[in-house]
This record gives sequence, structure tokens and C-alpha cells, in this order.
Amino acid sequence: MSEALVVEGLHKSFGQLEVLRGVDLVVAEHEVVCLIGASGSGKSTLLRCVNLLERIDEGRILVEGDDITARGVDINKVRRRIGIVFQAFNLFPHMSVLGNVTLAPRLALGTPRAQCEADATALLDRFGLADKRNDYPDRLSGGQQQRVAIVRALAMRPDLMLLDEVTSALDPELVAEVLEVIRELAAGGMTMLIATHEMSFARDIADQVCFLDEGMILEQGTPAQILSDPKEPRTQQFLQRIIEAGRL
Amino acid sequence: MTGDGEGRRGVAVALLSTVIFFTLLAVAITHAPGWPEVKRTFFNWDEFKASMPEIARAFLLNVRIFLIAEVFILVFALVLAVIRSLPGPVFFPLRALGIAYADFFRGVPTILVIALLGFGAPALQLSWVPLSTTFWGIVALVLVYTAYVSEVYRAGIESVHPSQDAAARSLGLTHWQSLSRVVLPQAVRRVIPPLLNDFIGLQKDTALVGFLGSIEAFKQSQIDAAATFNYTPFVAAAVLFVALTIPLARFTDWLVARDRRRRQATGS
Repeated sequence: MSEALVVEGLHKSFGQLEVLRGVDLVVAEHEVVCLIGASGSGKSTLLRCVNLLERIDEGRILVEGDDITARGVDINKVRRRIGIVFQAFNLFPHMSVLGNVTLAPRLALGTPRAQCEADATALLDRFGLADKRNDYPDRLSGGQQQRVAIVRALAMRPDLMLLDEVTSALDPELVAEVLEVIRELAAGGMTMLIATHEMSFARDIADQVCFLDEGMILEQGTPAQILSDPKEPRTQQFLQRIIEAGRL
Repeated sequence: MTGDGEGRRGVAVALLSTVIFFTLLAVAITHAPGWPEVKRTFFNWDEFKASMPEIARAFLLNVRIFLIAEVFILVFALVLAVIRSLPGPVFFPLRALGIAYADFFRGVPTILVIALLGFGAPALQLSWVPLSTTFWGIVALVLVYTAYVSEVYRAGIESVHPSQDAAARSLGLTHWQSLSRVVLPQAVRRVIPPLLNDFIGLQKDTALVGFLGSIEAFKQSQIDAAATFNYTPFVAAAVLFVALTIPLARFTDWLVARDRRRRQATGS
């Protein structure tokens, strides 16, 4: 298996606060890696660094073998290969669903409008959103909005998808439909790096689970190893709290 | 049921108190010792009818000044606001220039800018510099109002949450594409009411161009008043200005109310 994403010695600080303190991570092609850990452990920052939304302080990030953190790299070209979906959806409220999905392919890739719309319609159809294509985001439920956000990222045909706690802002009854979409993507072979609080989902879908603690990957392994038989006391504590909250 | 009754009672009370208030005001004014004199010099119906046609014709110049200035203001102010929102240290000189411009033209009284440009620029006697006072009046209004309107635009740009720009950039759009397709369309929509408010101010300030000698409504009424020693022409000019600004003010209120309704409808 070749490596879709390699993170080496990644450091990132916000002012005095060091959020990432030397993260090393490898995601193979078609692999799904889940990042778990308490709020503030650095999961979101790690994803934002991979998308170059944050400037890194130290280390390297390689996508399909290309160093995207090297000097002179075109940030916009890198981002076209990496899809990211945010906790708060961040759909463009002044555009229809179709407008949201076709904006980047049209502007960033220069694909003709008709082609973009045909592709977008096919994607929306695949995720049960075909009848929403002309609706505006504020007419959609949270689950529908998040599915549109996923489709919007997929429309760029990325090599790698980053999902940043995409179900955390959803009402409980809407979580399943979004997780279903992610399962389908995994089944289709999409390489994904997923920050999540949904432990049972991580157990189902992940090839690897990484436990982040204070800006470092403290423990890493298969879902069975990490979620059922963690070695590190900090991991055990974290999972204990999750179990007490009734979420595993 | 009680809601309906209370509504009717409310209307009745409002009507009654309005009638009483204005009756008292009218009695107080018309019984003032100087009222007959004021009525003759300010509210002379014959003078009003005589001066109105010419002032109305002159008022068309105010409308023209307003419309021409507004187009340039909307464009220049947007450019200035975008310049002031450029990120990074490279653009510091441009940002500093933008700030200096806005500070200067918001600080100097409009009438001074009009006087300095209107009397100063033609005095250069350069062949390519227009001599028209109306031209320089418009330039002055554009300079001053661009500073104000750019602040309105800027507030709009800053009100768009940074996550919108992050979402656009994460899809591979450039800074400029994100600004023009994602941030600005949302920003401009939000500031339409305050923009219209500045339009109303501009509409009134077109009268200042008369200071340079252009025969607009205020200047025309001044000429009429000087000829007859009667100030009714000023009232006629005021009526014209109000007739134009009131519809715009009500339209602005309507837009604000509609915007609020929409936000509440979707603010779940």
C-alpha cells in the first residue's frame, strides 16, 4: 500500500500555547484513520494544518509523496487535492445547493458549468439530495447541510478527505444519515482522516485509531486495540469517561 | 378577542393624542406675536406658486448630481474597503493609505472640501482641468462620501464569519475568488440599509454644490428670495428635498424590517 498522507514531526503553536508537539502519522491509500481525544488535544488543528489553513511551525506534510509544506508550493493547488468538512458545515448561505457544490470546480478547476452541474447532480443523487439541488442552505436540516458540505468537498475529486467532528453540531437523530454517507465513502475506497467523538462509529469504520493527548499521538493501533484494550493510562482514563457518559 | 380590542383602543389613543398634540402646537405658533410676519415671509402661497416651477427645474440638477456621484461612490468605496481588508504585511502601505484617506475625508467638513476643490482646481488654469463648478462639486461629494461608504462596506466585510473564507479557501479558491464570490456578496447584502441611509445624506448634501454657484434648488431659491425679500422659496426647496428623501427613508425601513423577519424565520 502506498502512502496517501505522511505527517512528520509536526509542531504548531498559537502564541505561547503549543497545540501540536511533534505529531507523526501515516495514512495509507484507501485507509480510514480516526483521531480521538479530548477537546483541545489538537485534533482540529492537525486537520487544519494538513489543509494548510494553519501555517505549521516545524515538520513536514506529504500528500501522495509531494511535500506540501515546502517553500514555493501553490497552496491553492494543494487544497484542491484535499477535501475538508467542518463541524459547522460552513455552507455558503447566499448560494443554492447546486451553487455551493459547483463553485470550486468552476473557479478553481475551470471545468465548464454544464459539466460541473452534471457532476454535482450525480453526486447529490448518490447521497439522496437530488431534490434539494435548488434549495438554499437555510431551508435544509443540519444533517442535509452537512451532507451537502461533504458533496461540496467531493466535487473537487480529492485524493484525501479530512472530516473535523462533522456530527458534533447535529441533533442526535440527524447523526446517522451523515455517518451513513461517510461509511459509503469508506466502502468506495476514499482515504480519510477523521476527527470524531463517535467511538462506536470509529470502531466500525476505522482501519486505525489514534489517541491524541496534549498535542501528541499517545497511542495508535487498530480500533480493537485502542478502544477495547488501551495500554496507556491516559487513553484508559479518556475511554472511561466516554463510557461513563454512555457514548461507547 | 382582547387582543383585537386592545389594538382598536391603541389606534384610538394614538389618533386622539396626535390630534391634541398638533392642535396645541398649531395654536401656539399661530398665536405667537410675530406669526403674521412669519406667515407673510415664509409661507406665502402666491410666492410659493410663483417660485416653484423654477426651483423644481433647478432641483433636477440636484437629482443629476446625486445619481452621478452615487455610482462613483459605490464603486470607489468598495475598492477602498477591499484595500483596507487586504491581509498580510506586504499590503501595509496600501492599508495605511486607505486609513489616512478615510480619516481625512471624514474629518474635513464637506462644505470645505467643496470650496477648496471648486475654487482651487479651476484656478490652476490647466487646459485639461474642467472649469464646471458642478463637476468639481460632484468630485468633492464623491471624495467625502467614498470615505463614509467604505466604512459601511468594511463593517459588512468584517461581519462575515472567517469560517466562510476558510471554507472557500479550503476548496482551493484564491483569496480574490473567495472575496468576490463568497465574502463580498454576503457583506453587501447585509449593509444595504446603512448604505441607503448614506444615500439620504448625499441627497441633501447636493445642495452644498450651490455654494460654488451651480444653479441647483437651494441656489435658485436663494436667488428668488433675494429678488422678492420673501423666504417662501426656501420652503419650496425644502418641500422638494423632503419629497425625495421620505420615500427613500421608508424604503430603507422596509428593507430593514424585511431583513429582520428573514433572519428570525431562519434563526433556528
